[in-house]
Amino acid sequence: MKIDFPHRQFAHCESGVTANLLNYHGFPCSEALVFGIGGGLFFGHVPFFKINFLPLTTFRVGPGGIFSKATKRLGIEVVKEKFRDPVAAEKKLDHLLQSGRPVGAQTGVFWLPFFPPAYRFHFNGHNLVVIGKEGDDYLISDPIFEETVRCPSEDLRKARFAKGALAPKGKIYYIEKMPEHFDLPSAVIAGIREVCRGMLKTPVPLAGVRGIRLLARRMTRWPDKLGEKKTLLYLGHVIRMQEEIGTGGGGFRFLYAAFLQEAAGILENDRLLELSEHCTQIGDLWRDFALLASRVCKKRVTIEDSFEELAQLLNRCADEEEILFNALATEIK
Amino acid sequence: MKKEDVPQEFGLNDGQKEVNYAVDSSGHYTLEQSAGWEVKTIALRQAWEAIVDQLVLELAAIKAGRKSPLAYHMVKNQMDPTLLSQYSGVACWRVKRHLKPKVFARLKPAALTLYADLFGVSVEQLRDVPEQPDLEFAEEDVETDSL
Repeated sequence: MKIDFPHRQFAHCESGVTANLLNYHGFPCSEALVFGIGGGLFFGHVPFFKINFLPLTTFRVGPGGIFSKATKRLGIEVVKEKFRDPVAAEKKLDHLLQSGRPVGAQTGVFWLPFFPPAYRFHFNGHNLVVIGKEGDDYLISDPIFEETVRCPSEDLRKARFAKGALAPKGKIYYIEKMPEHFDLPSAVIAGIREVCRGMLKTPVPLAGVRGIRLLARRMTRWPDKLGEKKTLLYLGHVIRMQEEIGTGGGGFRFLYAAFLQEAAGILENDRLLELSEHCTQIGDLWRDFALLASRVCKKRVTIEDSFEELAQLLNRCADEEEILFNALATEIK
Repeated sequence: MKKEDVPQEFGLNDGQKEVNYAVDSSGHYTLEQSAGWEVKTIALRQAWEAIVDQLVLELAAIKAGRKSPLAYHMVKNQMDPTLLSQYSGVACWRVKRHLKPKVFARLKPAALTLYADLFGVSVEQLRDVPEQPDLEFAEEDVETDSL
């Protein structure tokens, strides 16, 4: 059985899944809009929290946040469920599919056979929509792929019960009820407010623009502290977090700029168009940073020559983002 | 990023294209497919090369009789004893013991099957390690000097 589910390819898994689910349930919307309403943009650098022995650097809010917040702000009723028992988890999924409901699921990436081998790491914050089952295969709409894909049930079970950081524990989620009408402007404002707060007014110096400056400061010390090999690994990790599949480029900054462009229409505020342009320029700055960082990783330029410049680029990103989000905060007051 | 600047370079994504956000000539955002960006390929390749480097060390340790073949398969599957323990249900201290050649050699078939199934190999393959790391993550790209 297969649900007639319009699959659309997007940049980012969670906002893509959410947009596709909302679209199916009769609310046509873009990925950027969902990302913005869900307050997806963020920055965080936590040197003492290691993933694969590398310090955590993130350009977005934690997994699950975009779906929860976007649906909440739009007044959509959703159901989320986690499981202890894989058999029960599979039964519930099959039951929901039988009743004709597409189901969102959090999975690990490592066990998904349809992923290109080079992308199969132990990363457990991936999201996809299960839209049917044929024989022993699940049919899946994974928004980062061009077409829908098939996945043997055993592999999906492994992926749903992946272990380690952010273990999904078989988590599924689906839309229970759509509201009569949407209050789009206030949802958009709530999303923007959250991002402004996260980027400007965090109590800890690890997040927002302070987090970017922290990364810049610490980065200049890496060569002395870690030695060349580890420095390059740390640097490569930042590039991956910023540019890997699912960011839409520039650490989600382009995706957010697309949202601001849409928000300008919804809030009837042309000033947001200018801010969108600014956000695009910031994304370009991040791309410049990634470009130079990759040249360092490839040893086409030396650490000594380029680390000052890398730190300067990061500080410029931080300065520009501070200006952008301050301006954005005044626009939605 | 402008639409025409969306990179179409070599990627490690098996021909799968991914979506980038870029502005068109009239300033509107559009979704553009990207074949790959060398910057990303460099960073991704670096992560895999780190695993291969680790595998070389493990192979040397196994050859020298300091570690069991399990160490190789564990690293090949990007795991450490903690993660392997979570996946296998074997207590972490026991996983660490199984990394010792002598303990590993005495393991019962049931324990070996458990690990072999998890890694998707046969028990014979689990006991065996290759001469060189057999990690296949991507085809070789043509070295470009665009950077």
